[in-house]
Amino acid sequence: MLAYSIRRIFEALIVMITVAALAFVLFRFVGDPVNQLVGQDATLAERNLIRQQLGLDDPMPVQFGRFLWKAAHFDFGMSYQVKQPVTAVFASRFPATFELALTAALFATLIGIPMGVYTGIHRDSWVSKVFLTISLIGISLPTFLIGILLIWVFSTLLGWLPSFGRGEVVDLGIWKTGFLTRDGWAHLVLPAITLGLFQLTLITRLVRSQMLEVLRADYIKFARARGLSDRAINFGHALKNTLIPVITVIGLQVGAIIAFALITEFVFQWPGMGLLFLQSVQNADIPVMSAYLFLVAFLFVAINFIVDLLYVWVDPRIRILGTST
Amino acid sequence: MSPPVLSVRNLRVEFPTRRGTLVAVDDVSFDIGPGEVLGVVGESGAGKSMTGTAVIGLLEPPGRIASGEVWLQGERIDRLPPEKMRRVRGRRIGMVFQDPLTSLNPLYQIGEQLIETIRTHTDASPAVARKRAIGLLEAAGIQGAARRIDSYPHEFSGGMRQRVVIALALAAEPDLIIADEPTTALDVSIQAQIIDLLKTLCRDRGAAIMLITHDMGVIAETADRVAVMYAGRIAEIGPVRDVVQRPQHPYTKGLMGSIPTLEMGGTRLTQIPGSMPRLTAIPTGCAFNPRCNAAFDRCRVERPDPMQTGTGAVACWLAARAADEADPANQMHPTRMAP
Ligand SMILES: Nc1ncnc2c1ncn2[C@@H]1O[C@H](COP(=O)(O)OP(=O)(O)OP(=O)(O)O)[C@@H](O)[C@H]1O
Ligand code: SF4
Ligand SMILES: [Mg+2]
Repeated sequence: MLAYSIRRIFEALIVMITVAALAFVLFRFVGDPVNQLVGQDATLAERNLIRQQLGLDDPMPVQFGRFLWKAAHFDFGMSYQVKQPVTAVFASRFPATFELALTAALFATLIGIPMGVYTGIHRDSWVSKVFLTISLIGISLPTFLIGILLIWVFSTLLGWLPSFGRGEVVDLGIWKTGFLTRDGWAHLVLPAITLGLFQLTLITRLVRSQMLEVLRADYIKFARARGLSDRAINFGHALKNTLIPVITVIGLQVGAIIAFALITEFVFQWPGMGLLFLQSVQNADIPVMSAYLFLVAFLFVAINFIVDLLYVWVDPRIRILGTST
Repeated sequence: MSPPVLSVRNLRVEFPTRRGTLVAVDDVSFDIGPGEVLGVVGESGAGKSMTGTAVIGLLEPPGRIASGEVWLQGERIDRLPPEKMRRVRGRRIGMVFQDPLTSLNPLYQIGEQLIETIRTHTDASPAVARKRAIGLLEAAGIQGAARRIDSYPHEFSGGMRQRVVIALALAAEPDLIIADEPTTALDVSIQAQIIDLLKTLCRDRGAAIMLITHDMGVIAETADRVAVMYAGRIAEIGPVRDVVQRPQHPYTKGLMGSIPTLEMGGTRLTQIPGSMPRLTAIPTGCAFNPRCNAAFDRCRVERPDPMQTGTGAVACWLAARAADEADPANQMHPTRMAP
């Protein structure tokens, strides 16, 4: 188990260093950092001075080493655009994205799993067919279109829910949350559904197909032959055996949710990291861009790591494998 | 004679398909007495598993019992509502399947699965259920049961797992165990042990066994009576001594030629030339007639129903004719009228 964890951590480090290299290349070679910091009419001497101050004259490995060192401390320099430390800019945007992604993921999981179980057990009922049709829509419509449709119906036509921004937030010092106000929740509904719908349909379909497969397994037949109740069979025996692939996909999807958040945040003008990233691309704000890249990669790696640990927790067979290798 | 534990009457199992209805079990009748071991043999596809599955009410739709009756201790169970039938399963009829490697849920300790079964059917507290579970495992020959009860299935060998499966099937003390080829998936060297274990445990608990197998050797050693199935019907049924030593049905005679000797281990039934017809192409008359070297005209047009002999029943025109000739005044009667 320990060896397994150490190996996983080692792999994660390699991924992070690779991403850091990419971020570094982006930072160093796309556009001239000096140009971004000085005015159009700066003299060559001024430019060289800044170049020296930034350490851009040092050999490349030294520069990369410094970049890594700083990245490891979450120091990505100053944003060209807002002239603030990139970390501070992200810190102010992170809660918005996190709360949106969390709500979307919970929405997708807490509704997707029961829907998948239901459609798996009651294969031919009309409710299942309705669910599956809805999920087909969810899977085939692009996110921005879903967002726009929801806005059109619930904001424009019905006027029930707000269509942009986070609404009223409560400042908890380092964290501004929308979870504590009615208005905050109202603003969260449409973006969270937009963001979560694709994952919801994915989870529903995955759980369903896994259920169909597991319900054919011999141990399910044997459980029936032992007279266990339907509930014990469906939830105790079948669902648990579908969890490994489901956890994998949910884990990967949390990464995807953060990536898709970009589009959702744009559609709903949600002041999160995705919107920040889009703005930074418009403004060629390289430090913000490379930090975003780094951060998203970090989240992916961290989530994968957690997912791996969850496997071990669900499936005793992996425990054995882990210790023997 | 005490009333049978299980009484199956004219059971017919059908599978509606797009190309017509397949009849997997056709007009099958048999009884199993208390504590009795009924062996069920026949080639692959004969309908052995279907019969067992139908009795315990686990046919997978679209498969269904089309007609016939299943009586358990005087109570008709083929029409029970699902919830009542669920309480029969495990509690009054247990079942053991072929593959112990896949019969246990890999994600639960065997103790959890045992305790779950016990507590489903009794009011035992978790602690009492656990004690009973350990007792069962001990009885099933698991060494260090008190410790092993917290192990996962993958921590046991195949033979050990089948012991666990048998313990599970017996957990709620059913009166009948349906064992569907319980040793086919196991190493030859441990097959005899597992059959012994099954038999001993059931005898100690007074449970009857319906033992489905390919292995005539196992039948000869274990069963009290034997039913030979062919193409969904019972070809011959009777006390194991009679059927093994004086088989009357040509198909049974062929099977007896394939009893494995000890040196050969468990060979399959391959001695009879040809193969069993598929459900879509069952011949008219006696289903066995294309492979039967004694077939005559009547066999090709008219289907023989099981007819009482002294101790059992045979579905064969040849046997009927022999009996007629022996005692023309007292013709053998079909046990029932053909529909
Ligand atoms: N779902 C199904 N649809 C149609 N026919 C089926 C289905 N399942 C089984 N059958 C058929 O029912 C017949 C009886 O099958 P059964 O499993 O009872 O045979 P068996 O005697 O147990 O054979 P084996 O020794 O191989 O286990 C077979 O011909 C099989 O092809
Ligand atoms: S009825 Fe005829 S074909 Fe069938 S087993 Fe008897 S002799 Fe052979
Ligand atoms: Mg079978």
